[in-house]
Amino acid sequence: MKRLIGPVLGLASMAVLFIPGILDPVLRFLFPGAGEWVFPRASLLSLAAMHLLISLTAGATAAVIGITLGIAATRPAGRAFLPLIRDASSLAQTLPPAAVLALAIPFLGFGFEPVLLALVLYSVLPVLNNTLTGLETLPEPVLEAARGMGMSRLQVLMRVELPLALPVIGTGIRTSVVINVGTATIGALAGAGGLGSPIVAGLIRDNPAWVFQGAMASALLALMLNALLKAAEKRLQPANMREV
Amino acid sequence: MTLEWQNACKTFTDKKAVDNLSLEVSEGELLVLIGPSGCGKTTSLKMINRLVQPDSGAVFVNGRDVSEVPATELRRHIGYVIQQVGLFPHMSVADNVAAVPRLLKWEKDRIDDRVKELLNLVGLPADEFADAWPSRLSGGEAQRVGVARALAADPPILLMDEPFGAVDPLTREVLQREFLRIQSTLGKTVVFVTHDLDEAIRLGDRIAVMNEGRLAAVAAPGELLLNADPFIRDFTGEDRALRRLARLSVGAAIGEATPITAAGFSGGGESGAPAGSVRTDATLKEALSMMLEAGETSLEAVSPAGRRIGKLTMEDLLESAAGTEAS
Repeated sequence: MKRLIGPVLGLASMAVLFIPGILDPVLRFLFPGAGEWVFPRASLLSLAAMHLLISLTAGATAAVIGITLGIAATRPAGRAFLPLIRDASSLAQTLPPAAVLALAIPFLGFGFEPVLLALVLYSVLPVLNNTLTGLETLPEPVLEAARGMGMSRLQVLMRVELPLALPVIGTGIRTSVVINVGTATIGALAGAGGLGSPIVAGLIRDNPAWVFQGAMASALLALMLNALLKAAEKRLQPANMREV
Repeated sequence: MTLEWQNACKTFTDKKAVDNLSLEVSEGELLVLIGPSGCGKTTSLKMINRLVQPDSGAVFVNGRDVSEVPATELRRHIGYVIQQVGLFPHMSVADNVAAVPRLLKWEKDRIDDRVKELLNLVGLPADEFADAWPSRLSGGEAQRVGVARALAADPPILLMDEPFGAVDPLTREVLQREFLRIQSTLGKTVVFVTHDLDEAIRLGDRIAVMNEGRLAAVAAPGELLLNADPFIRDFTGEDRALRRLARLSVGAAIGEATPITAAGFSGGGESGAPAGSVRTDATLKEALSMMLEAGETSLEAVSPAGRRIGKLTMEDLLESAAGTEAS
């Protein structure tokens, strides 16, 4: 029963948000003075699709960069760079994405690219940190056994280290994707579209109904992705740990 | 396969861990490395499979300098068992045991057969344990899997670093006994690190005592317990005479060479001989204990089958305790 509450609530909210026939009366009820209710320039569904595309692309890029850096920094040859990599990614997260966007537009132009850059810089840290944690906290006897039986460094990484660190890395990816979905609303500032469009338009035109539908839709998207990735993480978890 | 350390030295930052170690292990021999903690026994062991690189000197396996063999290649043919076992928690018991054969790219059928054979050998029925997860195993079971994993590709050499150090005393004794049984059929060349003198005496063909990185003595257990060197005397303890008796069988003391068998190994009530008598496959330590308990100075010695063999007297015990190693 309890397990059904989430999906049911999610589906209901989706129906309200993405079917204009239902959304319109709801908005009229909530914001009687708005003047215009359902965002007219594009359907919320197509905006959500664009939003998802931006945030997932950024999430995947951040995951690849974060995992690669995390692996490199925990190899004997890369260990010297560990503090540098940590500092660089922390610094990247302190940069406000809106500022990065503003700085990047003159070089990358309007559209998808500057948004991607801002989001990736902002979301590498959780993946990197979790990759480092996952790889640094593996039980030493297990690694010694792996080396002692004659696995090469690559075999130890692929057969032992990564499978054991995967649940922790997965959590980092989930965090980064959820951050991205929220932050991707700034994409509208660079003309990349997405659910930021009704928010920005609503702010300019002083229309709370538009702000509301953009904010609600991106929040819903973040919650759904979070739940989805959490379920995927559970599957990644080694069977022995899952049952405990 | 033979093993040899030749003037091996290793220094860690400020401490000399191994100081000019020269020692040979012959084919099929079980050599125990023992000594106080920090004496360099584990470091010496790890030189064999190149987990530690000697600063100077060399280690030879079958006459070949190990530093000339690629580490992964070398290690796949040397079984390695450590105290904390280090089973892969994300793999089933069967996959753990199959790890080295997979590295050696054996065919699947051959691996499956081998895994079954080994699990049964170490006393874990394959039907019951093959699909189990390491987190479900008791300490003793986990170390049995550890031994099976080390033996999987039938390596001629086995390195064991305090393998039974983390289990309770009862389980340890069972594991020691079973390991002796396995070793008597497989005849591996074994280097066994421990800090437990009783374990060393039970298992070792020879015992090498290390102290502060140096080899203090190396001898068969019986001889070691007669060694007059002050450090060795101190290390082997006040009850070294009793330890000696624990190594000798009743049969040997009365001139009827009998190996100490599984039943006679640990003593206790399992020897099954009638009152006033002792089985020839029991240890002299047990016999002494029985004499003290019964207030007698002699016992009837009977064969494991119950046949009367002769008389074991206190004089026999005194002679054995003072005398040369009977083996």
